[in-house]
Amino acid sequence: MVSPYLIHLFVFIAFPVIFSLLLTFNQWNIIGPMEWVGFGNWKRVFADRLFWTAIFNTLIFLAIHIPLQIIVALALAEFLNQNIKFKGFFRAAFFMPVVVSGVVVTMLWQQMFNYENGVLNRLLISLGLGKVGWLIDPDVAMASIAIMATWKNIGLYVILFLVGLQTVPKQYYEAADMEGASHWQKFIKITVPMINPTIFMVFILSTIGGFSLFIEPYVLTGGGPLNSTLSAVLYIYKQAFEYYHMGYSATLGVFFAFLIVMVVILQKKFIERDVS
Amino acid sequence: MSIIKKTILYILLTVAALSFIYPFFWMIMASLSPEAEIGSLVFFPSRITFSNYISMVSKIPIGRALFNSLLVSGINTGVALVFSSMVGYALSRMEFKGRNLIFMIIIFTMTLPFQITLIPNYIIMVKLRWVDSYLSLTVPFLINTFGILMFRQAFKGLPQALIDAARIDGCGDLRIIFTILWPNIKPTIVTVGILAFMGSWNEVLWPLIVIRDEQLMTLPQLVTLFAVGGRAESQIGVKLASAVFLATPIIVAYLFFQKHFIQSMASTGLKE
Repeated sequence: MVSPYLIHLFVFIAFPVIFSLLLTFNQWNIIGPMEWVGFGNWKRVFADRLFWTAIFNTLIFLAIHIPLQIIVALALAEFLNQNIKFKGFFRAAFFMPVVVSGVVVTMLWQQMFNYENGVLNRLLISLGLGKVGWLIDPDVAMASIAIMATWKNIGLYVILFLVGLQTVPKQYYEAADMEGASHWQKFIKITVPMINPTIFMVFILSTIGGFSLFIEPYVLTGGGPLNSTLSAVLYIYKQAFEYYHMGYSATLGVFFAFLIVMVVILQKKFIERDVS
Repeated sequence: MSIIKKTILYILLTVAALSFIYPFFWMIMASLSPEAEIGSLVFFPSRITFSNYISMVSKIPIGRALFNSLLVSGINTGVALVFSSMVGYALSRMEFKGRNLIFMIIIFTMTLPFQITLIPNYIIMVKLRWVDSYLSLTVPFLINTFGILMFRQAFKGLPQALIDAARIDGCGDLRIIFTILWPNIKPTIVTVGILAFMGSWNEVLWPLIVIRDEQLMTLPQLVTLFAVGGRAESQIGVKLASAVFLATPIIVAYLFFQKHFIQSMASTGLKE
């Protein structure tokens, strides 16, 4: 019964992981023979400025994407949790980008972000403001990608928060009403602490998702301008499939995977400490 | 809530909803407008034209890509349902040595970032000569670990009497799973099916790596390469037409089975 799983486990997970570790000590262009280089690849990782730029860019992306996603998703979920009509319509609208391929979303936003005549800049001009170089200004480009990624994923997190909000016992709000608490006070003092587990879950899910950022910069900017949107996965992809540095690319992959696991473990530690 | 507060609430929600719907609307309209009008398009073009779609069909084998995607996603979903049920059944309803170990391994591998296996898996495909073959798009995806956990959970919730009765009638394990238990866990089947199908349908990175032959490309892959490559000759309308073509099947499915889609996707988060 479990044999399909075991075969899959050995061929596509266990063997690749071991092979990956082996590759990190070799230089290989996939066509010729493998060449043992000892710790050469590992030394290169630490000296590779561009890779650290890519890690830094990915962290910048997360630093914008995660707070934006949590705040906006929580706000929208709180709005939807009120006694309002057309709840189903709003929920369906927010959720639509979640089901659509990232490629479509990216191509769409490429036009929205267009400097000359994109919808966003035309809107800014009609409001009497200046144009923004959404994708051509190195200081702005990663933020633009973070906004787009938030737009794509937020519907899912609105739903998760809605589920969380519905678990908050009504008595708490009734008690607060008796004491004359305002909407905002109730939200900060009751809602947020009660749905903390959901907030943490969203935090960790968006961290893991954010670290795999690839298709958005690949289609939108190719990593530019001035490598400002080069994400770690995009760099690993380029090392393997543009330069055919298989050993080095595998080293980057292993290192980056290790980094992700460390970050997630640290987050969990902090969260558990905070909760207790 | 006061009238003013309520009005503000509706305005905020409507603005938010429009910001999710309008870009899709704009994309569809842009794909139907003459190229010269896209730069100034707000709502509707002066006339509707299908020239972008005609040009798209002549430039890239998009029909073939649609067929490839349907085939690959269909196989992956179908087989993943069967295999995940079998493994989930074994993990919840059968006693054997190493059962807990396997369960631990499944949980562990779910936390393993895909970046670590990406390059070696590509090399396996090269060595098996599966590059530019449907095999590379299907075989690695026939096991769905999340599906295994979902089925394990669902089977656990069914009464043992159901299985015992089937055994007395002489049913084997496979017949028990697919004829006796499956009809009782339809929601799980729908959830795993939707997730497996969407995961496969929207996957881009892997096809970009293992497929070079244009006739074997999946739909999102072909559209991606069309968007970043030079073949659209920087005609925006044609690119957007291909994006609409890619988005339509899943949006239509979503509009029909909205509730199932939302529940399925949300379950990936809630099971954490």
